[in-house]
Amino acid sequence: MGNLVGQTADQTTGQAAATTPLSSSSSKTIFGFWVYLMTDCVLFASLFATYAVLHGNTFGGPSGKDIFDMPFVLTETLMLLTSSFTAGLAVLAAQVQDKKTVIFCLAVTFLLGASFLGMELYEFHALVAEGNSWRTSGFLSAFFTLVGTHGMHIAAGLIWIGVLVGQILKKGLTKPVTRRLTLFSMFWHFLDIIWIFIFTIVYLMGVM
Amino acid sequence: MSGLTKTASKKATSKSTMQAYLTGFFLSLMLTLVAYFSVVNQILGGRALLVAVIGLALAQLLVQLVFFLHLGRESKPRHKLMVFAFMLLVIGIVVGGSLWIMDNLNYNMMPHEMDEHMLQEYDQGGI
Repeated sequence: MGNLVGQTADQTTGQAAATTPLSSSSSKTIFGFWVYLMTDCVLFASLFATYAVLHGNTFGGPSGKDIFDMPFVLTETLMLLTSSFTAGLAVLAAQVQDKKTVIFCLAVTFLLGASFLGMELYEFHALVAEGNSWRTSGFLSAFFTLVGTHGMHIAAGLIWIGVLVGQILKKGLTKPVTRRLTLFSMFWHFLDIIWIFIFTIVYLMGVM
Repeated sequence: MSGLTKTASKKATSKSTMQAYLTGFFLSLMLTLVAYFSVVNQILGGRALLVAVIGLALAQLLVQLVFFLHLGRESKPRHKLMVFAFMLLVIGIVVGGSLWIMDNLNYNMMPHEMDEHMLQEYDQGGI
């Protein structure tokens, strides 16, 4: 439905409107998505605030120093960083209509994102198995909520990649599909930025 | 003919953004690794390390916003930048305010003060 509306708007506004940035439908969509990302930032900021308040309340349980495996986390970070880069490369390839490269870059992004999510779930599983679940202390509740919310965004992004690849294969790199690819790359870069702050505030500052 | 020049110019812009992505990726990698190893190897001590790590994260934020999300490259009116600035204001109020209030609360609820208070009451036969 949204797709249909967007397409008609594209056709009707056409050339005349394309000169000013916000009047073309595509950049309106991009701006709207940007506004969504900013509100998502506020969501994460409140979770960060919660974490900052609760991170000392370990209630006799472990603190960050006891449970964080730093080389593991560094690997996760580097994988997400690289996947953000390959998502950008996919957008660049779409600009020159290079379908094969787009799909290849998206596939690499998907693999890196999926490995990241797998490692995160492994970390969560190991923590719960050791008896350090979100029920142990305020610190762990805040930790699981913050990192888990980011992980859920990553999972949504992975589904998005799947849908995008399907659309590219079926429809080719049409204007709406390219626009969705641009939105996806914004989403993915945004998640990378959020992760940098999780990496710094939760993990690095947790083991200091 | 015009189609050809269009593709050529598109390729040229794509090349320049490729440069931006490569620069951004390289800078992010460096910033991440520097932050990681300065914490793991404890190169700096205490407060200096904290300031350095936060500074590196903010630098990384800037790098990714500029090179990956192309913030500030739009032409006027800069709506994206405005929304971004407003988001920073909201975050400043929410996060700064929460930390300030909770810190104050912690200060006023310091356990040892409470213990002393309760001990006094106990001595007076209050409890």
